[in-house]
Amino acid sequence: MRVLLLFALSIVSLQTTAAALPVKEITDGVYVHLGKHLFPDSQNHGEIANLGFIVGQKCVAVIDSGGNPEQGAALKQAVTETTKTPICYVINTHVHPDHINGNSAFKAPGVKFVGHYKLARAMAARGSYYLDKAAEQLGVKMSAADLIPPDIEVKDSMKLDLGGRTLVLKAHPAAHTDNDLSVYDQESDTMWLSDLLFTEHVPTLDGSLKGWLAEIDKLEKQSFRYVIPGHGDVVSDWPQSIQPEKHYLTLLQTEIRAAIKKGRHLEDAVQTIGSSEKNNWALFDDYHRKNVTTAFAELEWE
Amino acid sequence: MRYKNLLPALLLTALLPIAAFAAEDEKIWNNVLKPEYFAQQTIAESDDVIELEAPVRAEDPALVPFRIVSKIKQTKDNYIKRILVLVDNNPFPFVGDFDFSPDSGKADVAMRIRVNSNSNIRAIAEMNDGKLVMTKKLVKASGGCSAPIGANLDEAMSRLGKMKFRLEDEVKIGEPNLVQLMISHPNITGMQMDQITRFVKKSHFVKDVKVSFNGKTVFTAKTDIAISSDPNFRFYFVPDKAGELKAEVTDTSCELPTKRDVCTKGNTFTETFKVQP
Repeated sequence: MRVLLLFALSIVSLQTTAAALPVKEITDGVYVHLGKHLFPDSQNHGEIANLGFIVGQKCVAVIDSGGNPEQGAALKQAVTETTKTPICYVINTHVHPDHINGNSAFKAPGVKFVGHYKLARAMAARGSYYLDKAAEQLGVKMSAADLIPPDIEVKDSMKLDLGGRTLVLKAHPAAHTDNDLSVYDQESDTMWLSDLLFTEHVPTLDGSLKGWLAEIDKLEKQSFRYVIPGHGDVVSDWPQSIQPEKHYLTLLQTEIRAAIKKGRHLEDAVQTIGSSEKNNWALFDDYHRKNVTTAFAELEWE
Repeated sequence: MRYKNLLPALLLTALLPIAAFAAEDEKIWNNVLKPEYFAQQTIAESDDVIELEAPVRAEDPALVPFRIVSKIKQTKDNYIKRILVLVDNNPFPFVGDFDFSPDSGKADVAMRIRVNSNSNIRAIAEMNDGKLVMTKKLVKASGGCSAPIGANLDEAMSRLGKMKFRLEDEVKIGEPNLVQLMISHPNITGMQMDQITRFVKKSHFVKDVKVSFNGKTVFTAKTDIAISSDPNFRFYFVPDKAGELKAEVTDTSCELPTKRDVCTKGNTFTETFKVQP
């Protein structure tokens, strides 16, 4: 009887507090959860992106909230188990569901959501589609209340004071998406690039190919001790670690320009362009043709 | 031995979901679209008049290349007069209505469309004698992280109304020649969630496309929000001599994304191109 009661109690407690998401401290106060390279589906429920948080003396800033509200709750639990410092900010690096779908788990008095000034517009334009996809594709029930637009919008750049450490947020021109935001932690010389950097996982283009290459040109001239991608391992050999991505995107640009010049049509070009990169990336077959399509539609207007 | 008996049963079970989907998928056509566009009319189903080309899986639901290939010659006595394109499961299924004449040479048309979820794309050809022939193709829209809207709205807005003609290097007199017409327009669906943000945007899309050669119409299309941003059409025309291609494109803006009763007249954009055989 007693055993049964204990068992029942443990179920109840399991339901009220989510198990903490595994995170690793890559440098003092910077915690990262590494996502797996999977296509978002009903098995992984969209839990595929790198997420994490940075701890200051007064405030914690969460960076990306997860692929569903439950993963958001697990990330929140990881914060609670790591530090007593309260969460003041939830920073969304861009609109993609694997980075924003956990927002509602963090909604509380004193928590401000932060994003690129074009993030709210992208959330509005894509929101109903993303909610449908969450149900159909991810097996996750979400409502409009789970899509939380930023309270603080970053137009160019902005500093966030966490107490004893300052984050520099930068709103980028259209690149991976048209609402990419990077987070630089001065204290540890760590650059959280999110999906501006893909390692291992094939880059996914949903903004501007030319814009992304232009941002890479600027970023690779800078130096950082640690760089955190949106998908792939944390790197400490900057700028070497962005070269595979740069090579892939440059190859797309070169081959698509040549195809357009020859008068080839999109549906034919998509069959062959960039295929030499196939073995260099995880999930190539899932995203590559989409990348070619998006880039082709951009470059034919040059 | 035992497996032999099992196999048909297994196959049957495997096929069931497909059959169920197919039946489900004809529902919208039978109950909504057919009564709306072809009430009381008989439509034959066949691939003998037109055939559809589209990817089995839409890599990018915002931009699905789609082509109608005609199987008959356009002659004065027997020609395709009109082709209507619908995507059953889109929030607004109407894609476009395309007119052809014997002078089109070929009643082929290629375009890029938005496909919101797994759906049949359907094309109904109307012959000059009024006969209707339908063909369809199932497209799976897998989606990943992209949505059926453009990637870079501001870029598309900044060059709104710009157009380009592209022709094959050699233009042949008296034969069907392929023309590509590119129209820069964001083709905004107007389906954003207003409760999320201050951002309110009505649908804003290309509604009419008319192309003439030396003043004679060679291609007309009525289109809607299912056409991808930066509408792109390929079609044929038969030039009898050197001359000028002229495109006239008109857009509109509607109060509701899936209703067309309250719309405001938009702008008309034009572009010309010298054809020198």
